[in-house]
Amino acid sequence: MDAKERMKLEPVPMPELEVSERLSSFAEVNLGYSEQDTQAEAERCLQCKKAPCREGCPVDVDIPGFIALIREGSYAEAGLKIKRTNVFPAICGRVCPQERQCQERCVLAKRGKAINIGYLERFVGNYLIAHPEEQINAAPATGKRVAVVGSGPAGLAAAGDLAKLGHQVTVFEALHRPGGVLVYGIPEFRLPNITVDNELETLRRLGVEIRTNVVVGRTLTIADLREEMGFAAIFLGLGAGAPIFLGIEGENLPGVMSANEFLTRVNLMRAFDEDYDTPVQRGRNVTVIGGGNVAMDSSRCALRLGADSVTLLYRRTRAEMPARVEEVRHAEEEGVIFELLVAPTRFLGEEGHLTAVECLRMELGEPDESGRRRPIPLPGSEFIVATDQAIIAIGARVNPSARLVMPGMEQDDGGHIIVDRETLMTNIPGVFSGGDVVAGEETVIRALSDGRKAAQAIDNYLRSK
Amino acid sequence: MFKIVDKQELAENIIEYTVDAPDVARHHHAGQFCIIRVHSHCERIPLSIAETDPQAGTITLVVQIAGHSTKELAQLEVGDAILDVVGPLGRPTRIGSPKRAVFVGGGVGVPAGNLMAREMKQAGAQVLGIIGFRTKDLVIYEDKLRAATDELIVTTDDGSYGYHGLVTEPLQQQLEAGESYDLVITVGPVVMMRAVAEVTRPYGIHTIASLNPIMVDGTGMCGACRVTVGGETKFACVDGPEFDAHQVDFPELALRLEMYGDEEIRAHEAGPHECRLEQSLNESG
Ligand SMILES: Cc1cc2nc3c(=O)[nH]c(=O)nc-3n(C[C@H](O)[C@H](O)[C@H](O)COP(=O)(O)OP(=O)(O)OC[C@H]3O[C@@H](n4cnc5c(N)ncnc54)[C@H](O)[C@@H]3O)c2cc1C
Ligand SMILES: Cc1cc2nc3c(=O)[nH]c(=O)nc-3n(C[C@H](O)[C@H](O)[C@H](O)COP(=O)(O)OP(=O)(O)OC[C@H]3O[C@@H](n4cnc5c(N)ncnc54)[C@H](O)[C@@H]3O)c2cc1C
Ligand code: FES
Repeated sequence: MDAKERMKLEPVPMPELEVSERLSSFAEVNLGYSEQDTQAEAERCLQCKKAPCREGCPVDVDIPGFIALIREGSYAEAGLKIKRTNVFPAICGRVCPQERQCQERCVLAKRGKAINIGYLERFVGNYLIAHPEEQINAAPATGKRVAVVGSGPAGLAAAGDLAKLGHQVTVFEALHRPGGVLVYGIPEFRLPNITVDNELETLRRLGVEIRTNVVVGRTLTIADLREEMGFAAIFLGLGAGAPIFLGIEGENLPGVMSANEFLTRVNLMRAFDEDYDTPVQRGRNVTVIGGGNVAMDSSRCALRLGADSVTLLYRRTRAEMPARVEEVRHAEEEGVIFELLVAPTRFLGEEGHLTAVECLRMELGEPDESGRRRPIPLPGSEFIVATDQAIIAIGARVNPSARLVMPGMEQDDGGHIIVDRETLMTNIPGVFSGGDVVAGEETVIRALSDGRKAAQAIDNYLRSK
Repeated sequence: MFKIVDKQELAENIIEYTVDAPDVARHHHAGQFCIIRVHSHCERIPLSIAETDPQAGTITLVVQIAGHSTKELAQLEVGDAILDVVGPLGRPTRIGSPKRAVFVGGGVGVPAGNLMAREMKQAGAQVLGIIGFRTKDLVIYEDKLRAATDELIVTTDDGSYGYHGLVTEPLQQQLEAGESYDLVITVGPVVMMRAVAEVTRPYGIHTIASLNPIMVDGTGMCGACRVTVGGETKFACVDGPEFDAHQVDFPELALRLEMYGDEEIRAHEAGPHECRLEQSLNESG
């Protein structure tokens, strides 16, 4: 087939659960490509020499390379090729904002027909999980112990690479279940926890020990880890998990909660499942404040918990929404109402419970630091939205208690850990860090990439000692 | 898994567990708490730590059997294990160097005072303990508190044991008699802590309340535990659980505790003790 013919082929859509079925369960919405779909989609790739898609990938996955292997039917090899730079293809295939990374740069994107790189990645990621024996083995043991604090994507990626390099790795996680945002934040219908558990299983097979219920700085100190337990290096992947509130009147009324609380109850504690004890409020008319992935996830969970209506309040327009386009589309299909260019000004309650939120209308002004046009309130435009549950999804920051983890470690005013850009080492020799705790709220792929980079730097550090 | 090494029924629906949790035992300070999950389908529930034995690697928890999760816990016997125990969480009590201090505890808040009173004494303070219960059969930790304090007053609401009345009454009497204190720490039901704060406020005595809002993670990640202190929102699990009692918005705390609450159980748990306090608070405005 020549390029012209390939360009005529239509993109293969992702098979999805019917909307009606989605709302009655937490089952994954994207059903995944069949082998046939995968082949058909791979067939469309032009195998560009310059491969602009790679430039859009934060970790430079050899995209044409893995797609070529897919065409040959060499799925395991395709997967291993991705894994050279991205350890968790089954996860990233599901959650990366491809439309702003690889797929945006695809030469076919101009015609609105970018290769569905994420869907292909997901297919081979799943293939690897189903065929685990084909994975690379660890290097000979070095006898060095490395502690990884935090089991989000940054920590898990660091742990996996360090183990492959022959180090003895222990991951310490504060919660009872490892995975960070992947298990407490991102819902089942987007990233089933089993996907994360599979990756954890791979790590365990590599000899990584995972210890939950350890808040480093409280349960164990860094001094314990280094001096008593003999860890020669430490990686801190603490994330940026502290919810930001609006700071407006009525915010502590019952019925108002952070997206983190809502999503943690639903995902980590599995409040959607009757067999689990943790309760979650099931509002009838829910409002969600924000426009990112967290806001979409919260809205869609609320619908699945039986809300009559879910209204998303966002202060800019759809074009500025930071969420993945697929999530915005799914949210809309499922019935989430978008109230754009509005910002809440206060929460109102009766008899000790939320009953409404007062909002102001906004218009867009000049671009701000983020390059997006700044929302400006329109005076006198107040209006009331009746609601019995408001979920605040306007962002998260580094947990202030991260300062307890390592006294003397440099952090900026926002609490972000300051690291050397090349080695990801903090000002404390032998202590490294990466992921959201360094970069602020970012993406899974960037956290993974930091974890890998730190693993390499830690290996160099240990070998030079 | 955290093995249960001892279990004692201290009173009806109040159980003391000693649990193997060496890291928690070694790092715990008075005022901190832990979160447990009994088994894989259970909630995460916060509990104070009443005693630690760093050598043996154990911590002691005193639990009021209140609702579903604590009932699940009550099923566990010596030799069984609690699935998850994480701690110590929260900030340790900032005792400073008081000369004369008071611990005021109510019900299942009393055991937490054990370590606090001991630390106050270690800091050089002369310590008065005032501990209150509904009735004689519910009196717990009297011996321990007697040992940890210089003087102990036990009150019961119905007069069946010790002083007949609420914990705030002996406290008020001491203050009216001109006794001076420079620190009061209170742990117990919200209404009781609020009443203690009102008693000490006119005297300007630094008063600390250990708050017990609903929690989920206990690590500062969700904000379920937020409380208003001095007009600012704080997360009790990481900024507290202890705060300046004169600054705490107790009505908001009480409201937020009802959020997932079963009205019936709460009413039962509160009993006449809290109702009377509530009434007197409302009367005093
Ligand atoms: C709801 C939601 C949806 C998202 N959707 C997407 C998406 O679709 N695509 C995308 O690319 N990104 C998404 N993100 C962002 C992405 O999840 C994060 O950028 C990523 O998880 C950061 O990884 P991390 O490893 O740095 O930290 P985290 O995933 O936050 O993990 C940090 C871990 O460290 C633990 N920890 C913290 N302090 C301690 C301590 N002292 N001791 C022990 N353990 C500790 C925490 O409990 C946590 O488990 C989403 C985020 C949220 C909240
Ligand atoms: C820092 C802290 C320390 C605590 N220490 C102890 C302790 O040492 N011993 C002890 O018995 N309890 C303690 N509690 C309270 C304990 O966590 C709750 O009683 C428990 O979570 C109730 O769980 P349940 O499923 O059995 O009851 P549920 O069915 O959840 O609730 C039963 C009743 O208890 C109320 N309740 C729920 N959560 C709380 C709470 N956090 N505080 C007060 N009432 C609540 C409910 O509104 C309801 O009326 C502490 C709480 C905090 C935040
Ligand atoms: S309990 Fe979640 S932040 Fe305090």
